[in-house]
Amino acid sequence: MSKAKVGIVVFPGSNCDHDAYYVFKDILKVDTKFLWHKEGNINDRNIIILPGGFSYGDYLRCGAVSAHSNLMNDVIRFANKGGIVIGICNGFQVLCETKLLPGILLRNNNLKFVCKTVSLKVENNKSIFTGYYDIKEDIDIPIAHGEGNYFCDDVTLTELIGNNQVLLRYNDNPNGSIYDIAGIQNLKRNVLGMMPHPERVSDSILGNTDGLRLLQCVAESVM
Amino acid sequence: MYTAKIKITLRKTILDPQGKTIEHSLISLGYKNISGTRIGKYIQFNIDANSKEEATVITEEACKKLLANPVMEDYEFEIFRSGE
Repeated sequence: MSKAKVGIVVFPGSNCDHDAYYVFKDILKVDTKFLWHKEGNINDRNIIILPGGFSYGDYLRCGAVSAHSNLMNDVIRFANKGGIVIGICNGFQVLCETKLLPGILLRNNNLKFVCKTVSLKVENNKSIFTGYYDIKEDIDIPIAHGEGNYFCDDVTLTELIGNNQVLLRYNDNPNGSIYDIAGIQNLKRNVLGMMPHPERVSDSILGNTDGLRLLQCVAESVM
Repeated sequence: MYTAKIKITLRKTILDPQGKTIEHSLISLGYKNISGTRIGKYIQFNIDANSKEEATVITEEACKKLLANPVMEDYEFEIFRSGE
C-alpha cells in the first residue's frame, strides 16, 4: 500500500483539479485532498500536484500570479527540501514562474490553442515519474494549451540535456518548444513539469491509460 | 505621490509571432515601409513614496519580482510626480 498523501492545489481558475483528484483517489486508491491556494501550508501531504487550468485567468503571464500565492511559498519550501511536486500544463507554467524549473512557456508558435492527443517519446525513464515506461517508448497523451512553447537559453538547454532532465519529448512538435520538450524534471529530480495531461488518459473507460503509469509511478515512489 | 509607467517587451532574441502577424496585416494595408513590429505590455501604477529615488527602487523590485520575467521579457520604466 502506497504511503502517498497527495495534495492537489486549487487556484481560482484551476480546471483539471478534479480529474487529478479522481485518478489518485478513485483509480489509484491513494489518500488525496484538495489544498486551497490561500492555505498557509501543505499539511501532511507528501506529493503536491499543481493542476491544469487558467489560474487567475492567465493574467500578466500564465502562472505568474499563482506563483506568488500563499500556499506556493510552502510548496517551494517543500520542493527545495526534496518534496515531490508535479505541475501539469498550467502547473508547469507556475513551476517555471517560481523558478523551481528553469525556462518559461511562451505562446504557441502558431498562435493557436492546441487541443489534441499527441505522441510523446519517453526520453529518460530513470525517474520517479517515468520509471514505469520503457526508454524511447511512444505514448499518447492529450495537450490543451495556448502557451506551451517551452523556451530556455542555450546554456540551460545544454544543462537540461546533459543532466538527463528532459523526460518527455514531442514526436511531432505541436507548439514550437525548443528541443521538442514536453516535460522536464529539476536537477534534484523531485519536481516534474509537463504540458500534456496524464490525468486525462488514466481511466480505461476512456480508451487510453498511457497517463496512468506516470501518476502511479509517482504514487508508488513514496513507500 | 509618484506614477510609474512601465513598458514590458519580449526580449529581442525571442520570436514574437503576434508582432509578426500584425506586421503582415500592416503591410497588406499598404504600410510597406514598416518593419520590426513587436507587441508588449504597458503597466501604470501610483506609488506613495517620499522621493523619486524611493519610487524607482520600489518599481524596479516590482518588475523583477512579478511584472516581468527576465527569461523572456525586458522592461523599462519612467517615474513621474503624479499629475505631471
